[in-house]
Amino acid sequence: MEITLQVNGVPRTVDVDPRMSLLDLLRERLGLIGAKKGCDHGQCGACTVLIDGRRAVSCLALAVAVDGSQVTTVEGLADGENLHPLQAAFIERDAFQCGYCTPGQLCSAAGMLGEPGPSAVTGDLLADPELTPEEIRERMSGNLCRCGAYVNIVSAIAEVAR
Amino acid sequence: MNRIEARVKVTGLATYAAEYPVEGVTYACAVQSRIAKGRIKRVDGGQALEMPGVLAVLSSEDPPRLAEDADPELALFQSREVAYRGQLIAAVVADTYENAHAAAAAVRVDYDPDDHDVRLSADHPGLYRPEVVNPGLPTDTGHGDVEAGLEAAAATVDVTYETPVLHNNPMEPHAALAFWDDEGRLMVYDTAQGATASRDLIAATLGLPPERVRVVSRHVGGGFGSKGTTRPQAVLAALAARAVGRPVKIVLTRQQMFDVTGYRTPTIQRLRLGADPEGRLTALEHVAYEQSSTLVEFAEQTAVVARVMYATPALRTAHRLVRLDVATPSWMRAPGECPGMYALESAMDELAYAAGLDPVELRVRNDAETEPDSGLPFSSRNLVACLREGARRFGWEHRDPAPGIRREGEWLVGTGVAASTYPARRLPCKAVATVRDGDFLVRLAAADIGTGARTALARIAASTLGVAPERIHLELGDSDLPDAPLAGGSMGMASWGTAVVRACEELRRDGKEGRADTTEEIRSDAPLARHAFGAQFAEVRVSAVTGEVRLARLLGVFAAGHIVDATLARSQFIGGMTMGVGMALMEETLTDAEFGGFLHRDLAQYHVPACADVPDVEAVWLEERDGALNPMGSKGIGEIGIVGTAAAIGNAVYHATGHRVRQLPITPAKILVPRF
Amino acid sequence: MKPFEYARAATPAQAVRGFAPGTMYLGGGTNLVDLMRLGVAEPERLLDVSRLPLDAIEPVGDRVRVGAAVRNSDLAADPLIRARYPMLARAVLAGASGQVRNVATVAGNLLQRTRCAYFQDVTRPCNKRRPGSGCPAIAGDHAGLAVLGASGACVATHPSDMAVALAALDAQVHVTGPGGDRIIPMPGLHRLPGDEPERDTVLEPGDLITAVELPPPPEGASAYRKVRERASFAFALVSIAAVLDVRDGAVAGCRIALGGVAHVPWRAERAERALAGGPATGEAYLQAAETELEQAGPLPRNAFKVPLARNLIVATLEELTP
Repeated sequence: MEITLQVNGVPRTVDVDPRMSLLDLLRERLGLIGAKKGCDHGQCGACTVLIDGRRAVSCLALAVAVDGSQVTTVEGLADGENLHPLQAAFIERDAFQCGYCTPGQLCSAAGMLGEPGPSAVTGDLLADPELTPEEIRERMSGNLCRCGAYVNIVSAIAEVAR
Repeated sequence: MNRIEARVKVTGLATYAAEYPVEGVTYACAVQSRIAKGRIKRVDGGQALEMPGVLAVLSSEDPPRLAEDADPELALFQSREVAYRGQLIAAVVADTYENAHAAAAAVRVDYDPDDHDVRLSADHPGLYRPEVVNPGLPTDTGHGDVEAGLEAAAATVDVTYETPVLHNNPMEPHAALAFWDDEGRLMVYDTAQGATASRDLIAATLGLPPERVRVVSRHVGGGFGSKGTTRPQAVLAALAARAVGRPVKIVLTRQQMFDVTGYRTPTIQRLRLGADPEGRLTALEHVAYEQSSTLVEFAEQTAVVARVMYATPALRTAHRLVRLDVATPSWMRAPGECPGMYALESAMDELAYAAGLDPVELRVRNDAETEPDSGLPFSSRNLVACLREGARRFGWEHRDPAPGIRREGEWLVGTGVAASTYPARRLPCKAVATVRDGDFLVRLAAADIGTGARTALARIAASTLGVAPERIHLELGDSDLPDAPLAGGSMGMASWGTAVVRACEELRRDGKEGRADTTEEIRSDAPLARHAFGAQFAEVRVSAVTGEVRLARLLGVFAAGHIVDATLARSQFIGGMTMGVGMALMEETLTDAEFGGFLHRDLAQYHVPACADVPDVEAVWLEERDGALNPMGSKGIGEIGIVGTAAAIGNAVYHATGHRVRQLPITPAKILVPRF
Repeated sequence: MKPFEYARAATPAQAVRGFAPGTMYLGGGTNLVDLMRLGVAEPERLLDVSRLPLDAIEPVGDRVRVGAAVRNSDLAADPLIRARYPMLARAVLAGASGQVRNVATVAGNLLQRTRCAYFQDVTRPCNKRRPGSGCPAIAGDHAGLAVLGASGACVATHPSDMAVALAALDAQVHVTGPGGDRIIPMPGLHRLPGDEPERDTVLEPGDLITAVELPPPPEGASAYRKVRERASFAFALVSIAAVLDVRDGAVAGCRIALGGVAHVPWRAERAERALAGGPATGEAYLQAAETELEQAGPLPRNAFKVPLARNLIVATLEELTP
């Protein structure tokens, strides 16, 4: 099936197998290896990208089902040579080791910072909560990091959130 | 200086094994055994071969050529015997990922199954005493009279701890991309913790001379031991590429990783300790029961920690192994030391209560002057200093030892301590340093699996050459570079760093080039006990309603020689400790007694810590000068962070609740039923 | 994954008309695509209903209608839901992860399937996946599985958090299908396994959930609490949605639903009856919990869920007691 996506602002029209995930489309057909395959079942967050501005696991999105969407991957976060503030903070705070979960962490954090409303740890459901470290930890728990860089990841995101 | 590869990693440009753009690539997908023991009667790939895009089916129907003495875990499709459920028994190659996976599901296999035995127990009739335990250590050791020491003791403990099957679960699945060039040379992009070792093992498996194989692993998405020895995907990619005459890529599924990329053996450990009225050990016995497969003897060195930690007049350590119809266990972060110290340091906590002593004080009183088992002097040993510094920073002095008495609402609060240790070893390594464009180029087949090896080695080279680290350019992760040992056993930096220092020293003398081979230097190392030490302090909260355990804070204090790069070191220590949190509270792979193999083969069922589980973890270290290690004076730090964490948390859970859980992980079920 | 056809429906009626044997409706895909990749689900045809105009949350009189295609995160963030049905918002926020909630739909959440390890592994038997093949969980791994309402054929649990809150809220599930439109009151959407564990719900082939309607929120204070060994991004060992209205020291109204304990979001009706009109005391809560859990049939490895559910009921009601 032929589909058209805006990927990092560039229109891409591709003929895809209906079985193909958005993740495999990016990695195997479009040469965008930033989104990572960690589990292929939505359980690790390494494949997180922004679909129409919202963070989403790209491994469980069929490419045909997101036809017409705007997709932003980690390759599209920076503004030319200028890193996204999250990317810069991740470097400064040493918020990764092996780097494999990092693109997903970055896209997830970029999406998370724009998300309205409470989280599972928010006290007052009606208030718009401040992004405390506890809030960041809960909101970022969909991105597993086996190297155990969470402490630095939270500190990098908190720096940008401020 | 930040990590050298930081920018490519945050922009998505760092290239991992499955990500090299290769023209005409095809995709392989493995088929796994559905029985745990028996014989394959027939593999029928007929239907699969007729499916769209399918190029080949590989199986024991037509065994691919491999060396006769190939490692049985890598000898793909050579035998019709099945050794464990999940073993790779066939593979499909197709033009796309989707077609390969669909066709693999269509391969039909007929079996002649036998009864299997997958259950480890301390009274298993198949238990035996292996010749040696990893990595070539004596299986049993001892001195003095343990029974007499226990008899004479004022306080004793006799306890058995169990640790489950644990899986490394690096975030990057095991993957390989292989092709054969026109001259018959094999190129493999592999997820390897060491390109040299991976090249040698792939070559040996295929019956090729090493120079006919090149392995490249520029970026590796974590390994924690599971990529330390070559895994089947690399061999499968090579065989498949030979079969179809095109490049072949294979990425194991997360589920397949559980079956064929190794795991930490489950352990049953019996600890018997005795102490005199002053709390000095009168006897220490540590016996470990473990499993391996019927294919390969892998004997984890679990009880060796008791040979290092505490002074005692009577010591016995022993390992017993049983060969089951299971996959072969393998290396997982601090193999041996990690499960061993969980048991020993939990037992020390129990002894502290039995003896009425503070657990920090108990450990201080039993500090060893020389290595208890070998009698060798330590190159340096600062365990007591770590305990004291940790106690000071953690606020230990205000601790009331009584268990189960601190409560905030429904939450019971407790603190615990445990010691850490890991050997400081190094292996022979080669390196070449040259001048390039006014800067310096250092080349060796080291691996950066997330440790920051490039950056740390650049610092080491810069300091030897007396230049800024930004002027050092490093090439690693390629077996065409000078041979280097793998990133494992906390030996990487010590081994590579030695070679880099020597090459850079030679470059300074020569002005153009320096070449190093550290084989002779390491051979002449004096016999000494070389170990890093540390102390970990944990505070937990345990719900009296639900049995949930939540970590409140975790502090590690380490003495690991000279720290080459403070930022990288802190990340490594904390990373190890974070993995230890998982071991303590959630990680466990179940073995399926009925059907064999593992259950819970994904990241929704095998829980590793999520961000919310890791609130406040800090690692610090003591300045430690040790001239008997290597030119940097450094000890490896990749593993010690996970050693002792689970015991510190378990001891804190006891302090919080008054209930001792002796089977990891410490889940709500194990707290709730007996306690609340 | 087996090859399948993909098509998109423009209206609910078109979706129902387009349904044929072998067709499955695709919402956000966060469970269905997962199951297809495992080989558990093998549709011949996917009919994508995620873009149907069913994505509004709107008041209808004193009720609130939530479209079936509303994403979980939009439901939890909605001001009306947060203000009037905080228990529902909390339940949704307790499930999955941010990047899954952004995609998963309300209907998909209700229709997600059990995470029983045997169900998800096509190389092992499972009565739910392959009727008649057996239930190895009963003698094997059932630590996460059902203690209430299970059968000899299946001990699976329903994994949803949201459905537990909806069960406590007496929500109504609007369905359209080949047999016309109907309304199914929660917790009646899901069914106990009995000897037909392959059927998770009472829906018939071709039925399409179009909305969930929330009646006016019950009087009293409410809470949702989820127990899990990992602090986030994990299915419930046990969860509870509870509403308690205490007047003059007596229970004027009480609703309790449990998650992680049964094939359905379990409405604790016995406990509710035991409490109605009685004293709002810890002792009464304990008795009510024990009355409810008398019918539990735990297995060796999930027996902990019984004291866990008991403690959770008591602690949650005590917390809700003014």
